[in-house]
Amino acid sequence: MTPILQLRAVKAFYGQSEVLHGIDIAVERGGMTVLLGANGAGKTTALRAICGTVRREGEIIFSEHRLNGRSTEQIARLGIAHVPEGRGTFVGLTVEENLRLGAYTCTGTPHENMQRMYAYFPILAERRRQQAGALSGGEQQMLAIARALMMSPQLLLLDEPSFGLAPLVVESIFALVERIRREHRVSVLLVEQNASLALEFADRAYLIETGYVVSSGSAKALADDPQIRRSYLGY
Amino acid sequence: MHQLLQQIFSGLAAGAIYASLALALVMIYRATNLVNFAQGEMAMFSTYIAWTLVNAGLPFWGAFLITLAVSFLGGMAIERIVIRPVENAPILAAVVVTIGLLLIFNSLAGWIYSYTLQEFPSPFPDRPLFGALMTTRDIGVIAVTLVVLAVLFCFFRFTTTGLAMRAAAQNPESARLCGIHVGRMLAIGWGLAAAIGAVAGIMVAPALFLDPNMMSGVLLYAFTGALIGGITSPVGAVIGGLIVGVTENLVGTYLIASQLKFTVALILIILVLLFRPNGLFGTAIVRRV
Amino acid sequence: MSESLPVGAAGKLAPIRASVPNAAKVRWPCNWPWNWPWNWPWRWLAGAALIALAVVLPFALSNYHVFTLTQVMIYAIAVLGLNILTGYNGQISLGHGGFFAAGAYTAAILMHRYGVPYWATLPPAGLICFVLGVLFGLPALRFEGPYLALVTLAMAVAMPQLLKYFDTWTGGQQGIVLVKPLPPPGLGLDRDRWLYFFVLAVLLLAMRLAANLLNGRTGRALVAIRDHPIAAVAMGINTPRYKTLAFGASTLFTGVAGALAAIVVGFVAPESFSLFLSLSFLVGSAVGGIATIGGAIVGGFFIESVPNLANDVSDAAPWAIYGLAMLLFMYLMPRGLVGTLGPWFVHAMRKFRSARGAPK
Repeated sequence: MTPILQLRAVKAFYGQSEVLHGIDIAVERGGMTVLLGANGAGKTTALRAICGTVRREGEIIFSEHRLNGRSTEQIARLGIAHVPEGRGTFVGLTVEENLRLGAYTCTGTPHENMQRMYAYFPILAERRRQQAGALSGGEQQMLAIARALMMSPQLLLLDEPSFGLAPLVVESIFALVERIRREHRVSVLLVEQNASLALEFADRAYLIETGYVVSSGSAKALADDPQIRRSYLGY
Repeated sequence: MHQLLQQIFSGLAAGAIYASLALALVMIYRATNLVNFAQGEMAMFSTYIAWTLVNAGLPFWGAFLITLAVSFLGGMAIERIVIRPVENAPILAAVVVTIGLLLIFNSLAGWIYSYTLQEFPSPFPDRPLFGALMTTRDIGVIAVTLVVLAVLFCFFRFTTTGLAMRAAAQNPESARLCGIHVGRMLAIGWGLAAAIGAVAGIMVAPALFLDPNMMSGVLLYAFTGALIGGITSPVGAVIGGLIVGVTENLVGTYLIASQLKFTVALILIILVLLFRPNGLFGTAIVRRV
Repeated sequence: MSESLPVGAAGKLAPIRASVPNAAKVRWPCNWPWNWPWNWPWRWLAGAALIALAVVLPFALSNYHVFTLTQVMIYAIAVLGLNILTGYNGQISLGHGGFFAAGAYTAAILMHRYGVPYWATLPPAGLICFVLGVLFGLPALRFEGPYLALVTLAMAVAMPQLLKYFDTWTGGQQGIVLVKPLPPPGLGLDRDRWLYFFVLAVLLLAMRLAANLLNGRTGRALVAIRDHPIAAVAMGINTPRYKTLAFGASTLFTGVAGALAAIVVGFVAPESFSLFLSLSFLVGSAVGGIATIGGAIVGGFFIESVPNLANDVSDAAPWAIYGLAMLLFMYLMPRGLVGTLGPWFVHAMRKFRSARGAPK
C-alpha cells in the first residue's frame, strides 16, 4: 500500500535561512506517524511545509497530488487538516462557529458531522454558544481537533496537542485521537515533545535533529533504541 | 424644547450617514488593520457615479443599486491591486498608500466632473413631519441606514461567507488552514466597505451638494464616530456615528458657532483617545512585542 | 604574486556585498550626504561645489525661476521637519500644514501688527511652533500608529476653520497682506534674489542642525523608538522625552518654513493651509526619502515643480500625480530617491576606494 503522504528531500525556509535540509518522511494510510525531536529541530516546520505556510522545496505528494505550488487553502481542500501549534482556534467566535468554519470546504450542511464531534467531545456541546476564547486550554485543544475533523480529512496534522496541558488531559486527548483515527480511518501525522506517550500510540516514528531526519523506523524500534531512550525518553 | 428635539432628530439623520461611513472604516480596520484614509473620497467618487447614472435618465433606485455594485467591484479591485502590496508593510507605508488613494480619487473626480458644486437629487420628498420635528428626508436617510445595517448584520451572522470573513480577519493563518481563501475575503471586505461608503455618499450628497471635497468633513466625523465606538466594533461605530451627528448639531446650535465644527471633532477625537482609547465598545488593542 | 592586506580584505568582502541587491541591506536611515565616506578635502570640496552652485544659480535664472527655487527650499525645510518626526521617529503626522500655518501666521502677525522686521520673525515663529509641537506631542505619546495620523488629519482639516474664526488676529477669510521685504542696500541684489539667499541660508542652517540632531545619540534613540519601542525602553531610552522632543524639533522646522513662506509670498490666507498642504508635505517626504535629510530637498523640488508642470493639463493633474507618486514610491522605492540611491552611492564609493586600496 502506498503511503498517503510522502516527503522527498524537502527543504523549508524562513526568509533566507534554511531550516529543513532535505527530509524524507512517509505517512502510512490509516496509520499514526510521529515526528520527535528537540526544540527547534524543525518538526513544526515540517508540518508547515506540508501545508505551504512556509517556503519549501522538494517533493511533497499527498495521495496522487503534488502539493508543491499549491496554496495553503487549496491543500486544505484536498483533505489535509492541520491543527497548528498553539491550537489556532478563532477565539472571538463561538464554539459552534469554529466548527462551522472547520466544515468550510465541505458542501452541504455540516450538521451530521457536528453531532458526531459533539458525541466525541461532549464538553463542546455544552459550550457551543460560548466564545472559544473562554474555553480552558484542554477544551480549546479539543475544539481545534474537532474543527480539523469537521472537514472529514484524510490526513490530520497535529502539532503538539499536549502543549500546556495537564497530563491527564493529554492522555484523554491522545486516547480520543486514537479512537477517531480507527473509526474514521484518518491518517495522523503527529508532532510531539512527549516522546514516550507519542511512541506508545504511534506506529512509525521519525527523529529530527537540526533539520535532518537522523533516525526512523517503527515506533517500537525507536522506543527500544538505547540512544533514543537516553536522549528523549529519559530512562 | 421643540428646537432641541428638532436638532436631535436632524442630528440623528446626519449621524446615520457618519455611522455608515464609520462602519466602512471599522470593517476595513478589522479585516486588514488599516485605517483607510481614502474611504471618504471613495464614497465621493461612488456618488459621482450615481449622479452620472441619474443624469443619464435612470430611476434613482436603479442608479443606487448599480452604484453599489460598481463600488463593490471597485473596492475589491482596489484591495487586490493597491492595498495588497502593503498589507504586511509598516503602518507608515499603508498610511501613505491610502493617502495616495485619497489624492487620486479626489483629483480624478475634479478632473472628470470639475470642482463646481452639483445638485444631487434626493429620493425622499422634503416634507415636515410631526409638527416640523423632523422631515421625511431625515426619516428616509435613517431608514436606509438601518436597512444597510440589518443586511450587513445578517450577512455576517448567518452566511458562511460572512463567517469566513470574520474568521479571516481574526486569524488569517488558521482561516487558511480551514480552506478559506483569505485574500478573497479581504477583497470582499473592501468591496463591502466601498459599497457602504457609497450609501453614505449618496445619502449625504443632497444636503451637502456634490463636489470632490464634500467628504472630507464627513470622513472626519466618521473617524470620530468610529473612535468613540471603538474602532474594532461595528455596533460601536454606528452608535458613535449617531453620537457625533447629534453632538455636532447641538454644539453648532447652542454652544459655539458652526464654523468650528471640525474643531469640535478634533477635540472629541483627542478626548476619546486620551481617556477611552478603546472607545465605548472596542476591545483592547494588543500591542505586539 | 602576493596580495596586500587591504585588497585581500576587499576581495573577501566584495562577493557578500555584491549579493545585496540595490543596497537594500545597507543601514538606513541614510544620513546622506553626511555619511559619505570621503576624506575631508573631497567632502568639503563637494559641499563647497554644491553651495557654490546654489549661489551662482540665481544669477543664471529668471526672476520667476528664482522665486520657484525659493519656494522649493521653503518646502524642503518643511519636509525636513516632517522627516524628523515621521521618518526618523515613526510618528505619522498628516497635519504638518497646521504647524506651517502657525509659523506663517506668527510671522505675518508680527510683521503686520507690530512692525517686526521680517528676519526677526523667524525665532519667535520657530519658538511658538516648538511649544505647540511639544504641547501636541504630549497627548500624542498615547496615540499609536494610525491614531496619531488620525488626530493630525483632524487638525489639518480643522485648521482653515480655526484661522477664519480668530479673525481679529488672522484677518479672517481675507488673510493678511504683507509688504515684501526690501533687500539690504549695497548688495546689489533685487528682492527675489535677496530672499533666495535668505532662505538658502536658513535651509543650510536647518540641514546642519538636523544633521547634528539626527546623526548622533539622539538620532539613534529616535530610530530605536520607531523600530522597536519596547526594546528602546528596555535600553533605557527615555521614550516620552525623545518623542516630544522629536515633535517639537519637527514642528520648529516646519514653523520656520511657514514663516519664510509668509515672508516670501507676502500673503497668508486660511485656504492656503488646507489638508492638502499637509498631504503634499507627506508626498515630498515619500518621494525624497522619509528618513533622510537630503531627501527633503528632492521632496521640495517635487512638490513645487509638479504643479508648475502639470497645471496646464488640468487643475486636478498635480494631485493625481502626487497620489500616484505616493503609491509608486511605496511599492518600488519605499525609502524614497535619496534613501535608496544614497546608500547605493555610498556603497559604490566605498567599493571604489577599497578597490584602490585607499587607507581608511
